[in-house]
Amino acid sequence: MSTDTPRQLTLRILRSSPGEGIAPHWQDFHVEEAEGMTLFIALNEIRDTLDPSLQFDFVCRAGICGSCGMLIDGRPGLACRSLTRDFGPLITLAPLPVFALIGDLSVDTGSWMRGTAERLETWIHSRAEADLMAVEAPMAPELAEAIYELDRCIECGCCVAGCGTLRMREDFVGAVGLNKIARFRLDPRDERSDEDYYELIGDDNGVFGCMSLLGCHDVCPKGLPLQTQIAFLRRRMVAVGLK
Amino acid sequence: MTRMLERSAALSAAVARPAQEIPLSLTHAAAHPPRRRSRWPARLDLLQSASGLFLALFLVAHMFFVSSILISQEAFYTVARFFEGAYFLATPQPWIVSCVVGGVLAVFVLHAWLALRKFPASFRQYKAFAEHRTRLRHDDTGLWWLQLWTGFALFFLAGIHLYGMLVHPEMIGPYESADRVWTGSMWPLYLLLLFAAEIHGSIGLYRLALKWDWLPGRNPDAARRRLRLLKTAFSLFFIGLGLVSLLAYGRLGIAHAERAGERYVPGGDGRLATTLAGGAGVMPAHVPGRQGD
Repeated sequence: MSTDTPRQLTLRILRSSPGEGIAPHWQDFHVEEAEGMTLFIALNEIRDTLDPSLQFDFVCRAGICGSCGMLIDGRPGLACRSLTRDFGPLITLAPLPVFALIGDLSVDTGSWMRGTAERLETWIHSRAEADLMAVEAPMAPELAEAIYELDRCIECGCCVAGCGTLRMREDFVGAVGLNKIARFRLDPRDERSDEDYYELIGDDNGVFGCMSLLGCHDVCPKGLPLQTQIAFLRRRMVAVGLK
Repeated sequence: MTRMLERSAALSAAVARPAQEIPLSLTHAAAHPPRRRSRWPARLDLLQSASGLFLALFLVAHMFFVSSILISQEAFYTVARFFEGAYFLATPQPWIVSCVVGGVLAVFVLHAWLALRKFPASFRQYKAFAEHRTRLRHDDTGLWWLQLWTGFALFFLAGIHLYGMLVHPEMIGPYESADRVWTGSMWPLYLLLLFAAEIHGSIGLYRLALKWDWLPGRNPDAARRRLRLLKTAFSLFFIGLGLVSLLAYGRLGIAHAERAGERYVPGGDGRLATTLAGGAGVMPAHVPGRQGD
């Protein structure tokens, strides 16, 4: 901190509890900013010292689990990766849209992500009989790296909340789903062809519904290359469509 | 990783279901789909991009043709007669212009129809997007909103202009166009059309490059930043060129108002040519006679 006197922060939080019939309303909490303070730390301080009923999710505190996604001053982000010093003295926090609201800042991303996984069949499809005792087939390091790059998605839901298309059309698959398809398409263990992937994302709720607003790309806390991956999938799916 | 929840009681039965129940391997549902998904979404997506690209390129060419009035009245006259085939056929044939306009109109209608698929289909969708845009304050999301409204305006503005050119192709010339701008009171429409078309076109070209990943260089984020600058420069240049051209037509239209309806004849009235458009009055080597003159 550049000043001796710590800032007094106001966290304006959109509170609600559908289960208890509490309607959405803003509530202000005041905390003193500390060196290197993240929103996650500030929220814990509020819950510990001001209001134990405040609901928000966290597990890892290190941007790995994707639990603490929320709207920070209107933009999706992870509370644990957001330093308070990067914001003004008044910070608004709201739950991620699209997902089912549990209460306050806590939303159910799990059901949505699971539904997407089942809809897009985001697992290895192989006709080979699994031999659990066999040595795993080798993979070129470059390919493994490329798969890992896309596998870094933590399903935090920020791309979903940042997508204007998804806000209009709830059936749109979203960047998280398209990224997963791109990931499995790279994987040599998955035997599906582009024609198979077309059956999953070859319509206006799939890759052709994307309007390239790139909110997903710009808010992804993991910096995934969503812009280029979606464009790549679009070209591949158009190639299938023109056959 | 899916979100872990502290209050398991709040979870629905579906969420609480253990992940192990998902069939994780040896599933061939996608490999053997019950029926083949239509290929039309892919074709329509490509068509929307291709028709948009065509219209944007046409817009660029159109702006350069129209702005030839800044060189001289004769220059614009020459360009107009060129598109009537005056330099290939015995006499100018305005129906050729009608055919070109008809083709552009067809692509325009096709593009508008395809773009409609992306418009908000209900007030709920409209409101959801508007709120999202306001809250997110994201440049590209805002650009799409701008493209939506300029596209909506173009339905009418470009439609009127194209229809006029379709049915009166012979009324393209220095005096004819200037009279239309001023005496015909079309300048407000052309002013709005200029802004709507150039903004819509520049954003459209920018989005096309992102959509199909035509970004130059190895760093897509840096390329996108450069592309945004290019998009802004494109808009500013063509809006500027259009404004100056429209001003030239307006001034010529004001000066020609008392003789509105008179057709332009090269060399017929050098006074207007030299005093208003700054033209040198250079005559083409061969000036074909106008049909019906």
